[in-house]
Parts: sequence; C-alpha cells; structure tokens
Amino acid sequence: MCTSIVEIVAAEGMAKSGDAWFDLTNAVVAYDHARHAFLADAITLDFVNRARPAGDRAAAELSLESAKALHAALGRAIAAAEAEEAERAAHLASLSIAAE
Amino acid sequence: MSYRGMTVEVVTIAGDKGTPIQAYVARPSGPGPFPGVVLVHHLPGWSEMYIEMTRKFAHNGYIAICANLYERSGPGLPDDVAARVRADGGVPDAQVVGDTAAAVAWLRKQPGHNGKVGLFGSCSGGRHAFLYACQRNDVDACVDLWGGRVVMGPDELNAKTPVAPIELTKDLSCPLLGLFGNEDRAPSPEQVDQHEAALKQFGKTYEFHRYDGAGHGFFYTHRPMYRPEQAIDGWAKVFAFFSRYLAR
Repeated sequence: MCTSIVEIVAAEGMAKSGDAWFDLTNAVVAYDHARHAFLADAITLDFVNRARPAGDRAAAELSLESAKALHAALGRAIAAAEAEEAERAAHLASLSIAAE
Repeated sequence: MSYRGMTVEVVTIAGDKGTPIQAYVARPSGPGPFPGVVLVHHLPGWSEMYIEMTRKFAHNGYIAICANLYERSGPGLPDDVAARVRADGGVPDAQVVGDTAAAVAWLRKQPGHNGKVGLFGSCSGGRHAFLYACQRNDVDACVDLWGGRVVMGPDELNAKTPVAPIELTKDLSCPLLGLFGNEDRAPSPEQVDQHEAALKQFGKTYEFHRYDGAGHGFFYTHRPMYRPEQAIDGWAKVFAFFSRYLAR
C-alpha cells in the first residue's frame, strides 16, 4: 500500500542511535510498506530530532498485531504511571497541609 | 547474444528553484541515438532498487536518470532520509515536479539522445509521474506503477499535496501505462476504476493492466510483496510501451 497514514507528535526525552543518545523533538508513527521487516506493510515508529542528521533516529517496523500489543502495553503502563503520580501528588499535598 | 555496456555516474542538476540535487545516470555504450527515461523514485527514497532499475533501462538501450527527490532532507542512508521526509510531512508535489523537470531537461541535452523521454515511477513515484505528465507537456510516455493517492479525499489535501492528481486527468499530455495489483488497497481496485473512468471520459490514450495474485510493489525483488510471474509480465509491458512511444 501507498498510504497517507502518518501521525507526527512532539516528543520530549532521549533515544539511542548507535552508541549515542540524543534529545528528541518528535515521534512519528506510520503504516506503510515495510523497508526491512519481512512484512508487506508495517507500523513504523521513528524517534527523531529534526535538528540532527537524518541517521540519528531510533526506528522500528512492527506487524499490526505487535503494534496493537505495544499500544495496549503502553496504555497499561501509562494508566499505572498516572495512578502513581496521583498518589504522589496527594502525598505531597498532605505533607504540605501538615507543615502548615 | 551480446550484452550492452554502459557508463554510470552521479551528476548534479539544478532542481526545483535552482537547488542543486544529485541524480544517478546510466548511459548505454555506443553512439545511439537512444531514447531517454526519467525514473521518479518511490516513498522509500533514492534507494538501491531505483539505482538498479536505472541501470536496467540503460541495459535495455535507454539513457536513464533518477534524481534524488529527497536531497533537501540531508545526506544519509535512503531509509533514514526517507524517515526524515516522513517526519516532515512529505515533499511538496510542486517541488517534485520541478526536480523532475530538471531531469527531463538534462536528458534532452544529452548527445546521442533521440529526442524522446519517458517517465517511470512506482508507488509515490507513480503518482508523481502521472501528476507530472498532467502538469507538463515535455514527456512522450508515462508509466505509473501502482501509484497510490492519485484519487484523494478532501481530508488528504494540504499545502504540499493541494490537488488530487485524478482531477488533472483532462490535462494528461502523453500516453499512460498503469500496472496494478488487485490485492492492493492503496490504490484499491475501486480507485483504479475511478482513474480509468476519468481517462476514458477525457479520451486519453492509456493501457491499464491489473494483476491477480499481486498487491503493491510486486516488482520489488527484495521484498515479500515480489511476485515473479506478474513482475516478468509487467516489465515486458513497460518495455513494449516505451518502445512503441519512444522510438524515433
């Protein structure tokens, strides 16, 4: 397929290319024909910094099933992380009230 | 049987708005005159496969040129540069047309050229080849291999791709050959039907061939979508089409 399925989002964090880590500006998700994975089409993930050379990217080509599993895992991890963060915020708030 | 020799090199041409871009060139040995082919590369970029196909045309007696349409996204491996292009939202259609015009102009200046130029592209390059043949009138034949997004919905139009190529069909300036896999979804058989209906409506000279048992990219020998039987037949149709319209 020759799709126009591309999602581009701002990304804060770092990724590894070769032996070096670099700051991210964007994450890109696409569904199009795979370049390397032995698949006709793949969910492609790219973590990039637009100010750096094109070769500085962390990339993956995943089958649709693998991408769905990753999506679900991300959802679970993010939900758990948000619960932790909410608990921490509540704890910090209680400490603040006690200090007053 | 004897095999034809060839000379290959990378040249720099003045692309859209005069920006220097590189192009891979393959010329058959001998004085000619030879017809010319401009290859419009696909979404994976100025890739080894397109370089190989450039040589294939020279092997078959064509002066061939394939410009790097992703030059502005920097040096690097074709995959990485193509990923940068993807992260930037693609290349503007107008820029691709400008770069392709430079490749056509380069061909027309070559000694030993017979004055005829064919366009050849697959995937996004098939779409761009068709778009070019509708917007310019300096090529003599156009081959569109499974070009997706010739038919586009309003939600797909943007500053870089402002017009659906199918809307320009009335301006197609040369004969068109289209090869498509019936298992493809972009373009889908229904979209190919729409394109064919538009070509008929405007009385254009065209040949469409649709292959069962094939999807997208069935010429790509290095990918699982390769379909040898359909690809062999498809290449024969490409060369028959070019020999019909590019002979002098």
